[in-house]
Amino acid sequence: MTKHVLIADDEPNIVISLEFLMRREGHRVSVARDGDAALQAIRRERPDLVLLDVMMPGRSGFDVCQAVRADEALAGVKILMLSAKGRDTDLAKGTALGADAYLTKPFSTRELADKVREMLE
Amino acid sequence: MLSSPLVLAASFAYLLLLFGVATFADARARGDRSVIGNAWVYTLSMGVYCTAWTYFGSVGRAATSGLWFLPIYLGPTLAMLLAWPVLRKMIRIARQYRITSIADFIASRYGKSRALAALVTLIALVGILPYVALQLKAISSGYALLTAAPGAAHVGGPWWRDSTLYFALALAGFTIAFGTRYLDTSERHEGMVAAIALESVVKLLAFIAVGVFVCWGLFDSPADIFARAAARADLKPLLGLGGESRFAGGQWFALTLLAMLSVIFLPRQFQVMVVENVDERHIKRASWAFPLYMLLINLFVLPIALGGLLHFGAGPADPETFVLSLPLAQGQAALALVAFIGGLSAATGMIIVEAIAVSTMVSNDLVMPLLLRFGRRDARDLSGTPLAVRRSVIVALLLMGYLYFRIAGEAYALVSIGLISFAAVAQFAPALLGGMFWKGGTRAGALAGLTAGFALWAYTLMLPSIAKSGWLATAFMNEGLFGLTLLRPEQLFGLTGLDSLTHALLWSLLANAGLYVAVSLARVPSAREAGQALLFVDVFRRAPGAGAAAPVFWRGRARLAELQALAARFLGAETAQRLLADFARRSGVAGIERIAADAQLVQFVETQLAGAIGSASARAVVAAVVEEEPLAPDDVLRMLDEASQVRALNRQLESLDKLKDDFMSSVTHELRTPLTSIRAFAELMRDDPQMDSAQRQQFLALVVAEAERLSRLVNQVLDMAKIESGHADWRNDEIDLRELVAHALQTTAEAFRERGAQTQLNQPPQMPLLHADRDRLLQVLLNLLSNAAKFVPPGRGRVVVTLRSDEQGATIEVCDNGPGVPPEQQQLVFEKFRQGGAAHARPQGTGLGLPISRQIVEHFGGRMWLRSAPGQGACFGFELPWHRKEQSQ
Repeated sequence: MTKHVLIADDEPNIVISLEFLMRREGHRVSVARDGDAALQAIRRERPDLVLLDVMMPGRSGFDVCQAVRADEALAGVKILMLSAKGRDTDLAKGTALGADAYLTKPFSTRELADKVREMLE
Repeated sequence: MLSSPLVLAASFAYLLLLFGVATFADARARGDRSVIGNAWVYTLSMGVYCTAWTYFGSVGRAATSGLWFLPIYLGPTLAMLLAWPVLRKMIRIARQYRITSIADFIASRYGKSRALAALVTLIALVGILPYVALQLKAISSGYALLTAAPGAAHVGGPWWRDSTLYFALALAGFTIAFGTRYLDTSERHEGMVAAIALESVVKLLAFIAVGVFVCWGLFDSPADIFARAAARADLKPLLGLGGESRFAGGQWFALTLLAMLSVIFLPRQFQVMVVENVDERHIKRASWAFPLYMLLINLFVLPIALGGLLHFGAGPADPETFVLSLPLAQGQAALALVAFIGGLSAATGMIIVEAIAVSTMVSNDLVMPLLLRFGRRDARDLSGTPLAVRRSVIVALLLMGYLYFRIAGEAYALVSIGLISFAAVAQFAPALLGGMFWKGGTRAGALAGLTAGFALWAYTLMLPSIAKSGWLATAFMNEGLFGLTLLRPEQLFGLTGLDSLTHALLWSLLANAGLYVAVSLARVPSAREAGQALLFVDVFRRAPGAGAAAPVFWRGRARLAELQALAARFLGAETAQRLLADFARRSGVAGIERIAADAQLVQFVETQLAGAIGSASARAVVAAVVEEEPLAPDDVLRMLDEASQVRALNRQLESLDKLKDDFMSSVTHELRTPLTSIRAFAELMRDDPQMDSAQRQQFLALVVAEAERLSRLVNQVLDMAKIESGHADWRNDEIDLRELVAHALQTTAEAFRERGAQTQLNQPPQMPLLHADRDRLLQVLLNLLSNAAKFVPPGRGRVVVTLRSDEQGATIEVCDNGPGVPPEQQQLVFEKFRQGGAAHARPQGTGLGLPISRQIVEHFGGRMWLRSAPGQGACFGFELPWHRKEQSQ
């Protein structure tokens, strides 16, 4: 069954690779290039899952995550956070803010695909 | 007339109410839900300044001399409006060093001197005794007036039938219950403060109630009263400023000054304003609210006084009891009872706070030192002793007050007694204020000043007052001591023309301040004095609250076990254990047994003990269990330097650490980003051998681009690190900027052509040679040009390079017609890893190009800037001087 995945990242090449990977997994993909666009897209499109980068211009991934979790209407949206910082405190912060999973960049595409599959089951 | 049982029952019920409030506030304080933690309660508690003296005495004074009651309230008003920063400093000092009384404050400042502490305590005790007597007298005569048949004079019975004695004893019990239930090392009494604040409300409301009754019940309006008084020849002078006819400026000044000093230095004022203060910020509101309180409570003084005089005529009625006798004469029994309760609250408030404050001082600074020296020096647990001593002192104080009242109370009006007390505590001013703002004051100076001031006070004010009461031959007053007219106490050294109070104040303060300064200047402060002087005068510059950061002027050897035993001896084993465990936790060690017995610990134990037994006694008992090395004044300065150097270094290290962390975290992020793309594309191609070749080609191109970005980044990070650490190699070439710019444009020509952008060069026909590193400058130019190429709109880009030269140096600007940089980002573009451009359009840069360029330009003594308006393109420029000032890298 086709699921809808939103990719929120400001690095064009990372977006290209994630887009390719998610399509290959058989998902419908849309893209947001910064935090505000991501939040708008989530509210508008209600994706099944968001691949959410932490360091984005404007609203950070943490802010987006918090805003989504504060909105009960968006409770069904799964969030997988991606961060190039990968310190323990960031991981803890992401989980505390209600992210469903957290991967550090660079990530293994297989691991990411597995995780997404598991989360969408 | 009211029945005795009714008055007694009402008084007792009122005291019970106070006790209930205090118990409630104490319970809340233990539950960490303080009821006194606000500025209004603080302000009201300062109202303890207004005693029975205000309540009854002001009216009496107004009735005999008009506006002369005013300076006593103008002084505190001025003090609060003008001197609240002084008060704030006192509070900070007291909090920081656990100072619990005014004697402790002065003694602590001058090297924790026991002699000084004892002297200040003695002055306070002698000075305050008449004041306590005055309160008893007020209650006693008020009670007599209420319960006696109209017109009947009060006849003193034998002492055992005197209700005043039992009242004094009841108050002693009350004070003990309020103030000495347990030993708190910060010496704070929340319950007492809450009760005092309530008393301030009660006395204010009661007084206003009487005022309203007199103004609108007895007469038509205040204007009516003043008009009738003005019509009477004997009352008219009361409405003017001079009492008689002439305005006595000197006397007004003396009285106002006296009251200014008293509002801060009276032991009870010090207690509520400094010791009981919970938050320094409360002073702000109190600085106008307390004067407002003073205004309200004085509003009806003159109307009541004049009303009483008009009503009773020149009869036998005592003006000091008009507050009671006016309602009584009108049959307003209930109002009279309310007025009596108001007076009672004014008197009890003063007695309770004063007794607590003085008992702390007497116990810490007179009795404990004697006990430690002669008695129980070997007793293991002394933690109950300070409390027992204080309780005894409270009882003794009230009994002595009663004795004074029996002996001298009848002879003097309330106001005169009060002023004698004021003049005594005014003697604290030079040593205390000098000690807070002048580092040169010494113990010897303070001792000399206080002794002289006190002696002159006793000779010129106290002794004459006793003589006038008939308890001393008055010969010395008229003829002078030993028959020397120069020594006549009220015309000392032939000084005449002043009233006795101004005269006494002038001489005593003159001698006091003069000797304090002169003797202090005669000798350099000792190390101990200098250390305490620094801690007091510079209290705001020392790190607040952080005990570990404040400098400690101590050197020697100590043993943990001994200090622990000492703390347990005076504070109780349980409290000592808790305090030390707390100290261990704050010092970051595992447990009490791991605490290092260093100067910090000695200081900590001494400060805790100071709260219980005063700083002078604490100093002495600590000195007895540790081996101390004497310090020289130079040592103190050195220790101070070290403390501040260590603090400064720590701060520097912390900020460097943070900078390094931020940089590392940014670099990590920047390195991981291209790595993420490279790894993702490589894995996607690996997992999908069937991928079509166009797709594969696109991915491979991206991998190559990201790998290039990565190596660029690595190079630039290294470059940046080299420049910043000063390890970069700088060559010194002779550069023709025209040639260099041409070279840079040629290098970037391909990039501009790809974007379809035009370039234009404006330059003078010739330019002087510049001394700089050619490769580095080329790096800067290439960076600016490639930035411009990235940001111009595709197909219609236009980049203008302008080269100028003047006498100072050369200027190069690169202007594009791209989107420009929004104002809020213009400062950021020169910071590391802050790339410009909207997110989705952000070209692949490292975020280090501009920061490095700026570093290079600045290395050659130039500066770099950005001029941009959104939508109008961006101009990056820099200038370089022909002659570089040698700068140290």
